[in-house]
Amino acid sequence: MSNFISGLLRFRRGPWEMLASILIALGVVMLMQPFAITLYSWSFLITLIGTVIFIIVSHFPE
Amino acid sequence: MTDTPIHKVAQATPESMARRIRGLSDRTIAWIFVAPTIFLLLAVNIFPLIWTIRLSFTDYRVNRPNREVEWVGLQNYERILSDPDIWATMQATAHFLIWTIVLQVLIGFALAFLINKKFRGNDLWTTIIVFPMMLSPAVVGNFWTFLYQPQIGLFNYVVAFVTGADPASFSMIGDVHLAPWAIIIADTWMWTPFVMLICLAGLRSIPDSIYEAAECDRASKWRQFWTITVPMVLPFLMLAVLFRGIENFKMFDLVVQLTGGGPGNTTTLTSIDLKREAFEKWRTGYSSAYAVILFVTVFGLASIYVKALNKVKER
Repeated sequence: MSNFISGLLRFRRGPWEMLASILIALGVVMLMQPFAITLYSWSFLITLIGTVIFIIVSHFPE
Repeated sequence: MTDTPIHKVAQATPESMARRIRGLSDRTIAWIFVAPTIFLLLAVNIFPLIWTIRLSFTDYRVNRPNREVEWVGLQNYERILSDPDIWATMQATAHFLIWTIVLQVLIGFALAFLINKKFRGNDLWTTIIVFPMMLSPAVVGNFWTFLYQPQIGLFNYVVAFVTGADPASFSMIGDVHLAPWAIIIADTWMWTPFVMLICLAGLRSIPDSIYEAAECDRASKWRQFWTITVPMVLPFLMLAVLFRGIENFKMFDLVVQLTGGGPGNTTTLTSIDLKREAFEKWRTGYSSAYAVILFVTVFGLASIYVKALNKVKER
């Protein structure tokens, strides 16, 4: 866990890509889940943030 | 040697033009060759995407081109993301997506595993299995509509034969609970061969020497399957899931032909709903926002999937 956080702080690609992937996956699950419309309403924002982070961090060093 | 077509073209080139071309660097010549493709890509993909994003912030209606277009900000997005009907459409799409991928991967891999064994008529069976994939979705839709007919449909008779129920007692297309499964079955029938072909390519790429080494180490067939076959086919399988996932997210023709999105809205997938908003209700700005939401979702999913695929390939 500490490696993950230090990787985030040092702008390393691996941990940031992991974070972006988690956000995208969370957004898609929120978009398609049948339980709460509030989750559905926030899903696009979460997916969009994750996707933008993913595009940016793919240019970070390994 | 000098009468080859390339020499004839070189000789036919006017001296002035030849001198100009000789003066170009390799980099410039490469750009000249690549430029038409880049131009086409920008014109066909990038420009419409940017234009769609712009329209998604307006109340533009394509059937009223002379009407003044108003900038509505995030209003279209807010309406879509608080609409229970679109939320239900997303759930119907998720149901369709998950089940088609699970069934196609399981059946496709099993078929590939069987077809990969050496037996007589192997090629003939491969051709027969691949046949549904070659058909047009419109044809498959019509074909399955007949198969699902309660009175004369073969599907109902087969189910009745197995379960003992009356064939006319249920309608796959007309029943709210059965219609989503009707489209899943038809899509699985059509696209399982595609997954099978990709898995077959993966299975055939595994060298026999690995299995021979495993035999020497007295590894059981079960262990060989889980430690050799599955890990080596996994990148191919993931590729098949990526292709089918993206395709099924956009599924339109087969479902329109089979159920038209009904009964009610039970089989209205996002692409069908989007088409209705854009070309039946003519809410272009609203449907552009809808399209952007779907695009970001597919793009995000494809990004993490491609990353996972690369990791598996690196192993």
